[in-house]
Amino acid sequence: MGFMNLFKHFLSDGWGVHPDDHKRPAADAPVRIMPVPTKLYLPLQQHLGGPARPVVLVGQKVKKGEIIAEAQGMVSAPIHAPTSGTIVAVTEVTAPHPSGLTLPAIILESDGADEWCELRGCNDPFALEPAEIGKRVAAAGVVGLGGAAFPSAVKLIGASRAQVTTLVINGGECEPYLSCDDRLMRDAAAGIVDGIRIMLHATGAQIALVGIEDNKPEAIATMAAATADFPQVQVRPVPARYPMGSEKQLIQVLTGIEVPADGRPADIGVVVHNVGTALAVRVAVREGKPLISRLVTVNGACASAPGNIEVRVGTLAEEVIAYAGGLKGEGLGLARRVMGGPMMGMQIPHWRVPVVKGTSGILALDAGEVAEQEPNPCIRCGSCVKACPMGLLPLEMSARIRSEAFDEAIDLGLKDCIACGCCAYVCPSRIPLVQYFVHAKGELAAQDRAKLRTEATKKLAQQRQERLEREAREKAEAAARRKAEREAAAKATAATAETQGASA
Amino acid sequence: MIAAILSLTVLGAALGMVLGVANKFLAVEGNPLVDELTAMMPGSNCGQCGFPGCSGAATAIADGSAAPTCCPPGGKALAAAIAAKLGITVDLSAMADDGPKIAVVAEELCIGCCRCSKVCPTDAILGAAKQIHNVFREACTGCSSCVEKCPTEALVMRPVPVTLQHWVMPKPLAA
Repeated sequence: MGFMNLFKHFLSDGWGVHPDDHKRPAADAPVRIMPVPTKLYLPLQQHLGGPARPVVLVGQKVKKGEIIAEAQGMVSAPIHAPTSGTIVAVTEVTAPHPSGLTLPAIILESDGADEWCELRGCNDPFALEPAEIGKRVAAAGVVGLGGAAFPSAVKLIGASRAQVTTLVINGGECEPYLSCDDRLMRDAAAGIVDGIRIMLHATGAQIALVGIEDNKPEAIATMAAATADFPQVQVRPVPARYPMGSEKQLIQVLTGIEVPADGRPADIGVVVHNVGTALAVRVAVREGKPLISRLVTVNGACASAPGNIEVRVGTLAEEVIAYAGGLKGEGLGLARRVMGGPMMGMQIPHWRVPVVKGTSGILALDAGEVAEQEPNPCIRCGSCVKACPMGLLPLEMSARIRSEAFDEAIDLGLKDCIACGCCAYVCPSRIPLVQYFVHAKGELAAQDRAKLRTEATKKLAQQRQERLEREAREKAEAAARRKAEREAAAKATAATAETQGASA
Repeated sequence: MIAAILSLTVLGAALGMVLGVANKFLAVEGNPLVDELTAMMPGSNCGQCGFPGCSGAATAIADGSAAPTCCPPGGKALAAAIAAKLGITVDLSAMADDGPKIAVVAEELCIGCCRCSKVCPTDAILGAAKQIHNVFREACTGCSSCVEKCPTEALVMRPVPVTLQHWVMPKPLAA
């Protein structure tokens, strides 16, 4: 650490960590476009919120860009066919998730023609109503491409309702190893800036701040050149520090305002979108094309040719790696497979996991990069406290969680934890701190579900009781009615018999 | 005639008022502990404990005539919670608890006799006469009252399948 760096280190408020970024040479390699594989595996849940509902049948032929699963619920996104072909199955595939569980997916077999369906573009998006842009972005299935995959249209429409003033564009890409956003900014700066202007129009924000970490000088230069004619879009280099690309941290660095603990950025008039999302919005609005492909970084010590690859959504990681040049030594040194970045990505059990809309990277890490070690007892050094970007006390929280005192952990701010992993990264005792927090959050969510379930059960039992009473009542009424009818009929026959008797 | 009506009306009104006042001043206070325990129970009134419904079991547990382990659908988790509430220790090792279970219909065995759907306390079984029945996973409380009714043993209790929505990151092993 040079003198200036040391000086900066003492000046800064100190949150975050500075992992070795490993971004080059992958970031400098030109983008390769992967041909469409024979089969695409499209999970119905590629976004936060409700899963999409299939609207195709097995055996049906679809064109590229045709909708195959529609959005379901308020927060959801549709899924489109990434190429033309035939739907061969609706079944379960392994999810890009650390549990290794499966999730429902549509399997599409490519016919090789890669033929577009009819597209409805727009030459002048600035003449459209902001709400119409939101609708088109929703119909194109655009989700946040930074990793969280939140449906973008929900954010755009929410932002225009909340009357945000500032649009923050996240070009931070603070995760080590990943360089897909960097590559996108270098290669498609004009498109990104156009997308940002469309987003400004859609949200009603006056200014867009593009935050780019200063370890990407080429991206900063191309973006600055592309924004030269648009004063409302400003490129702001930010110091390279993990997790700079986290929404709340980036907002605070760029605007100086802190997002309240239980609030959202819209509460302080800000909305954040990723650079990749800006480009996807442009493509969706101008050309009418849905989100069916994305840039994926293939990296890690085991990858023989690291680089960025344009991949159709639904391609198996296995095929992406094979296209990228395969693994060194046939994957002998492979210690861990990761989808996403090394800090917050998902460890996956095997390579037969499809790329989804939110997949930013596929990493093949060797034993040296994983550095798995047995945890030692906490020495109370406080490194995690200094590193925590949310200003929490990871050591105290993990001690509470270890003894299952979740309420006390919540009092210490468990719900503010963004699970960035800085605490576990700096811990000299190698305590898996962030795993404790993810575990506790999962347990709390399970408790909430159990509570809801108990309430639902009571309601069901009560409704059954009411139903039984109603049925008994209806039965009694019906019996009474029948009895009355019988009596009336008996009376009538008696009367006719009498009249017949009288006439006779 | 009028005297009879008047006297009966006055009598009725007076006695009614006496009853109303007595209800207010001589009210029997419900045991608040029983209410709390009832709130903790599954609430499906399945009757596997042998008491008339969940509130019956809660009363028995509160006065000590039943063990906190008497609720099979609640399992170990409920027994531990009740024991903590009552401040007593309870031997959980006797409880066979391999996590929550739900009923599953073996479709090849079901003859559509409707006996199971009639006893389900939460109406979680869907089916009609001579149609294969099915269990709503979300509504089944795992009380297993249906299992005994099934003449063909088509209903079995299976552990609740773990899905992506229910998966929880395991707790790290302690240092």
